[in-house]
Amino acid sequence: MTEPTGLKSWITTVDHKRIGKLYFWTAFCFFLVGGIEALLIRSQLAQPNGHIVDARTYNELFTMHGTTMIFLALMPLSVAFFNFIVPLQIGARDVAFPRLNAFSYWVFLLGGIFMNLSWFVGPLFHAGRMSVAPNGGWFGYANLTERQYSIGPNIDFWLLGLQILGVSSLAGGFNFVITILNLRAPGMKMMRLPVFTWMTLVTSFLLITAFPVITVALAFLMFDRFFGTHFYELSGGGDPVLWQHLFWIFGHPEVYILILPAMGAVSEILPTFSRKPLFGYTVVVYSGILIAFMGWGVWSHHMFSVGLGPIADAVFSSTTMLIAIPTGVKIFNWIATLWGGQIRFDTPLLFAVGFIAMFIIGGLSGVTHASPPADLQQTDTYYVVAHIHYVLFGGTVFGLFAGMYYWWPKMTGRLLSETLGKTHFWLMLIGMNLAFFPMHFIGLLGMPRRVYTYSPDLGVSDLNLVSTIGAFLIAVSMLIFIWNIIRTRTKGKIAGDNPWQGATLEWATSSPPAVYNFAQIPTVHSRLPLWNEPESVAQRAPSGHIHVPDGSWWPLVAASGLPLLATSLISGQLWLAFVAAAVLLVGIFKWGFEPFEV
Amino acid sequence: MHRHYRLIQRCLPGLLLLGLLAVGACAGPFPQTTLHPKSDLGFAIDHLFTGIFAWATAVFVVVEGLLVYALIRFRAKPGAPVPHPTHGHTALEITWTLAPVLILVMVAVPTIRTIFATQAPAPAGSLKVEVIGHQWWWEYRYPDLGVVTANELHIPVGKTIALDMTSNDVIHSFWIPAIAAKRDVVPGHVNHIVFKADTLGEYMGQCAEFCGDSHANMRLRAFVETDSAFNAWVANQKQPPVDPKPNTIQATGKDDFAHGACIACHTIQGVSAGMIGPNLTHLASRTTIAGATFPDDSIDLIQWVNHAPSRKPGAVMMDMNLPQANLQAIVAYLMSLK
Repeated sequence: MTEPTGLKSWITTVDHKRIGKLYFWTAFCFFLVGGIEALLIRSQLAQPNGHIVDARTYNELFTMHGTTMIFLALMPLSVAFFNFIVPLQIGARDVAFPRLNAFSYWVFLLGGIFMNLSWFVGPLFHAGRMSVAPNGGWFGYANLTERQYSIGPNIDFWLLGLQILGVSSLAGGFNFVITILNLRAPGMKMMRLPVFTWMTLVTSFLLITAFPVITVALAFLMFDRFFGTHFYELSGGGDPVLWQHLFWIFGHPEVYILILPAMGAVSEILPTFSRKPLFGYTVVVYSGILIAFMGWGVWSHHMFSVGLGPIADAVFSSTTMLIAIPTGVKIFNWIATLWGGQIRFDTPLLFAVGFIAMFIIGGLSGVTHASPPADLQQTDTYYVVAHIHYVLFGGTVFGLFAGMYYWWPKMTGRLLSETLGKTHFWLMLIGMNLAFFPMHFIGLLGMPRRVYTYSPDLGVSDLNLVSTIGAFLIAVSMLIFIWNIIRTRTKGKIAGDNPWQGATLEWATSSPPAVYNFAQIPTVHSRLPLWNEPESVAQRAPSGHIHVPDGSWWPLVAASGLPLLATSLISGQLWLAFVAAAVLLVGIFKWGFEPFEV
Repeated sequence: MHRHYRLIQRCLPGLLLLGLLAVGACAGPFPQTTLHPKSDLGFAIDHLFTGIFAWATAVFVVVEGLLVYALIRFRAKPGAPVPHPTHGHTALEITWTLAPVLILVMVAVPTIRTIFATQAPAPAGSLKVEVIGHQWWWEYRYPDLGVVTANELHIPVGKTIALDMTSNDVIHSFWIPAIAAKRDVVPGHVNHIVFKADTLGEYMGQCAEFCGDSHANMRLRAFVETDSAFNAWVANQKQPPVDPKPNTIQATGKDDFAHGACIACHTIQGVSAGMIGPNLTHLASRTTIAGATFPDDSIDLIQWVNHAPSRKPGAVMMDMNLPQANLQAIVAYLMSLK
């Protein structure tokens, strides 16, 4: 059977591999947008009293840089791999709910577009400038976000955009929990799951438990801003600190939502390239689960300067330090995996090792601000900016690039160039250390974060210039990666089924896989089927018709109801709310009654 | 010398990674640094941080060393057999679980001690100062001394200071790295910092919590003074404002001020009672204006009075667009308010 091509086939697709690719390209575009925002920020700070952008624009840039990178780039890049790789790793033909999967993607895309439209629609709101982009920080602390202090639609775009994206994350989270629990191939017991799939499962549980919290927090804010309630407003008996508790109860699990998938990818890559099974598989899996659980008990470490009192500070400090234990255990197991191996230094391994090396630094600076008194000097300074970027760039982004180089041949059938890949790696490693290492000093020497300008008297001008140079070096490394992708489309080496001699099921099928993934659903008897029992999972030509679900328009229709609903609120047009609700309901209704097979 | 030694010690991982940068970080005067504490509070925090930093450095060296060693030692050699498939090792797992536990105990014990030591209530006889955050300037009230001022905090050396802090609008964070560390300033809450500065001098600080358009311009100064200098400052602040001699430009300025828009927002004792902006009764005794962002001189004041929002984005004070003569007069008057 042949795969349909053309625009319609992509818009209506419910194939997890195509949705994975859509996620990838969309998230990668947002990653570039967030990167351009970062370059503008760094240009402004390259020298004291910078004048590249004005204060308002700068505040929009750092808000949208954080929001974009977290919600529109890193999370969906992880989800791209959940989509493409997890069904293959567990030997399934698709996810449990293919149309819900398409719905998740369209909601993500439209939510991202909705939020970013705010850059251009100022005139519609008589703002006197082109941009009304969110400007309250990605953490959006009340009561600055209340209408009294943020009059324009900026914060509305942010809160409504995040609400839309939350729907996507929830739907995706449920889908992957159910997929992983129910669609495993025969013999694929839980403790035989590849670690990437395990971390996808853990992350999905975090998504469906953490997002309701931010949903509630944002609903309160929406009510405050639109309907005159006072959840975060002193005048009506509310309290701005409530927002901080709610936001960080979501926000800390969110950190693990961002890092666990990258840890999963690294746990796949290290064994493949050292030709040894993962050391301490059980411990690595359980420490991932433990990190996710413990992530719920540490939120107030983001609030050590709020004045919660010594008891709360001591408790949250202790719980935070405890998380360092399972994290450290993972790192030791990764090093032990390399130990005694035959390590091949292909690009995926370089990025995986870069992840470990940089994540250690981020983890250790994290321990220094797990101590509340020390944190009193560090919080809200560039020291924390350094920390978060060692964790999310040195950690998550390196882990995701490791995954890209590793799984690119599976997704496209062609290997990315090793020469360009290694150039990309070294430039990115040097660039990130130039960009982010000086920030430790910049912070300790007294520069707060989120400032559009700083005085030359602080003595941090040179360090800031170095940091800016590093940021542009990272940008150059991205251009090399993009060139690598373009070049590989036509000139890349044909990969074959298993170019890296990987051990897990995704390498048992063709590259790229046929629409049905596996001609025969494999039966597995071990954790590393392609190393231990290659013949039992080997694929033959399909023996007959293999059913895969048909495409559908309705997930897209239903998804488009959500940004319409948000638009009605932000524009104050009640009639639009009815149109939006109708679109949403018709989409869901038609989707629900769509014939199963056409 | 000791100080420099400590700073260099801290730069060590930097030297390992990027020697170049460490050199950059070890130069120059750093008026807002957290690394040269000048108070009991600052020293307690710095002492704790130095200890944790030493542990972090040790762990960094060991773990990165193991990683690099493994990468070099176990790189693939052509023709080598498939490595032995080790799956794990219980004793090792227990070891590298317990090792971090021990290190974290070494970090947690001094941490918790310092938490309670630094958050103890202020002893009786402390000098009380109320700090009120505004978008984007700081108001200080000395309730026992009857003094109200803005942006520049004056305190006596060697005396325990008790800051009671709150906000008039959004959340800010009060930060003087060398002497007072940092604490958020939250509307509806009163937060405390208790500290004793031990070295005379002028210290820089600024708001650390993002608080809107001009967050970057919400800066502050602290002057740690001898008792006699502090008492002289208090005595001067308690004086009524300087009254200009008749028929001077200052007198014209006072008249313009008293009949202009200024009075809606600013207090000059006996002249006006506005409560929105800083108290100007002794404006000329301060060294800076506009949230300690610009020097307190005629040139900057003239620009400020006529074009506040362009110098400080989002400023509530609007463009006054005064005729040149009135502007000169008002600024001359303000500059006379020692």
